[in-house]
Amino acid sequence: MSTEIYNDGPVVHQPTFIDGHSVEIPELRILHQDGTTYPGADLPDIDQTLATKIYQTLAFHRVLDERMVASQRQGRLSFYMTALGEEAASVGGAAGLEPQDMIMMQYREQGALMYRGFSLENFMNQLFSNAEDLGKGRQMPIHYGSKALNCMTVSSTLATQIPQATGYAYGQKLQGLDAVTICYFGEGAASEGDFHAGLNMAAVQEVPVIFFCRNNGYAISTPSEEQFRGNGIASRGVGYGIKTIRIDGNDILAVLKATQIARAYAVKESKPVLIEAMSYRLGAHSTSDDPSGYRTKEEEAKWQSNDPILRMKNWMLKQNWWDEAQETALYEQYREQVLAAVKVAEKIDKPHIDTMITDVYDVPSAQLQAQLDEVKVHVKKYPEAYPFTAGKF
Amino acid sequence: MAQINLLHAINSALDIAMAENDRTVCFGEDVGHFGGVFRATSGLQEKYGKARCFNTPLVEQGIIGFANGLAAQGSVAIAEIQFADYIFPAFDQIVNEAAKFRYRTGNEFNVGKLTIRTPYGGGIAGGLYHSQSPEAYFAHTPGLKVVIPRNPYQAKGLLLASIRDDNPVIFFEPKRLYRASVGEVPEEDYQLPLGKAEVVQTGTDITLLAWGAQMEIIEKAAQMASNDGISCEVVDLRTILPWDIETISNSVMKTGRLLISQEAPLTAGFASEIAATIQSECFLHLESPIARVCGLDTPYPLALEKEYVSDHLKVYEAIKKTVNF
Repeated sequence: MSTEIYNDGPVVHQPTFIDGHSVEIPELRILHQDGTTYPGADLPDIDQTLATKIYQTLAFHRVLDERMVASQRQGRLSFYMTALGEEAASVGGAAGLEPQDMIMMQYREQGALMYRGFSLENFMNQLFSNAEDLGKGRQMPIHYGSKALNCMTVSSTLATQIPQATGYAYGQKLQGLDAVTICYFGEGAASEGDFHAGLNMAAVQEVPVIFFCRNNGYAISTPSEEQFRGNGIASRGVGYGIKTIRIDGNDILAVLKATQIARAYAVKESKPVLIEAMSYRLGAHSTSDDPSGYRTKEEEAKWQSNDPILRMKNWMLKQNWWDEAQETALYEQYREQVLAAVKVAEKIDKPHIDTMITDVYDVPSAQLQAQLDEVKVHVKKYPEAYPFTAGKF
Repeated sequence: MAQINLLHAINSALDIAMAENDRTVCFGEDVGHFGGVFRATSGLQEKYGKARCFNTPLVEQGIIGFANGLAAQGSVAIAEIQFADYIFPAFDQIVNEAAKFRYRTGNEFNVGKLTIRTPYGGGIAGGLYHSQSPEAYFAHTPGLKVVIPRNPYQAKGLLLASIRDDNPVIFFEPKRLYRASVGEVPEEDYQLPLGKAEVVQTGTDITLLAWGAQMEIIEKAAQMASNDGISCEVVDLRTILPWDIETISNSVMKTGRLLISQEAPLTAGFASEIAATIQSECFLHLESPIARVCGLDTPYPLALEKEYVSDHLKVYEAIKKTVNF
């Protein structure tokens, strides 16, 4: 064993401080908002089939978010979170990976699930906490996950997925798999200790993980200038010794390009990568939030003109891979499908009372069984107070 | 059978677990080449390579976060937290993540392959940050198993069972006994059951219950009491969560009295939970109030450690008081 005292700079004899903002970080942008590409821009690997799949996923994302906010406003759903204006980050990231790669989400990456094939029914069953929900109705709406699709179930606890992604990727490396883990989080979550822990350990243990930061400007109401100093999140990657790139997160081609390169690097070198995608949370934090209390309409309007889905559409139109008739038909089809799916999911029963004690352990303990039995006796005594379960066991 | 100490028994269990599955990984601060500050992982890196036994950066929340991800991936993750006093930066990863992983994902994912090893308890002149017994914090968290062995034989069998159990387990090792406790331990593989207490001495007048390093304390007190003609039944709880209500209840229904000794502070310690449950299960059999002999409700002292901790004399006095109630 040995140690090295790290110093690759010159020895100086006058005090020389480095300015905290001196790291200059370029931002990758491939697409203009009008759908033309920047001259000399390096395009990702993409053909019409992939582009169409990505675009349809983005459109579905927009429709689902719109419809579910409406459902929440109608009182049919308790809670929802949109990813309005930053859909390209999750969809483009997922599109740059292979199906065997693990996706660890924060909570605004439903686009990645959609891209992987999480069905409309899967979404609805989770949102309505019904008996068909893969998560068995235990977590608030939007906490999706699927083992079959290699999408780790969302947890409300912020940033906990970051060191977990490092550990997950370590396991993939140990097995010699051609697989990486991508880990999404916001710029607010990057203030948590788990961010430091996860990135530092990934650098030291050399694991194939892609840290994908959606820098959308806000953590609920707190703007990024009250969240951190320094040059965004990307500058920290440099500090941890991690290969880092900043991209325009509303540019689907930049997201796809960066993720494709990051994946290839992570697999080949077995090392982590940090991507900081610059975007803006056009929607509220959640349906329980009202941004008018902390930001202006003018600020929002500026970013509305930066819509990532419209930008991709403009590019698709220029490629002659898409037209307005397809556009109208697609949105209409998705709206009808979502509306119909809501009507089905909200009628499905809540989970059976026995699921109260399952999955706490691999097998419920005798104590848990006794506690459940007590609840059942009570529910039978006062059935009108417990309409979800009374008469159903 | 060889006479070995508790550390060697832990090391032997880890060796067996790593030999049987090449996806078993041991890690933590100083765990690699050095073999851990107590040497529990000694020789494992040489035998199984740096990829499977390694040092981590000094970040407990990262160690357990990493371990959660690794276990969710299907590897067998054995994480060491150098002292139980330093487990608290990882509290969120244990309480909100490991414990709830299977439940909140609807069993899409789980971290059943996670075991957290950590030395706990006093008696080593460690002061307030190298002596704590934090088992009660974790006993309040559904989804975890909490296991504490009393001697080398128990340590090896319970650790192997913990590693193979399909639930996240916190395995608290009584560090005062690491070298002090020596006993016969089979070289081969064996397991002892989780969730089962063990009656180590039968008796008729009072049940003495403890776990980990407190076991030798209550055994010594039982010996003193027997000289006074008091017959003690001595029970090792072994698993704190989920705990063996049946064995304790059966014993108390027979003896009519219960004394629980723990190193941790009195208020809201695990002894309190046991007392509440046993008074409910055995109310009509009890001849006296359930006694708790515990640490004071203060941080763990240094110079006054002897006065603070539950020892055989305090337990002996409590036995007499309970029997003569």
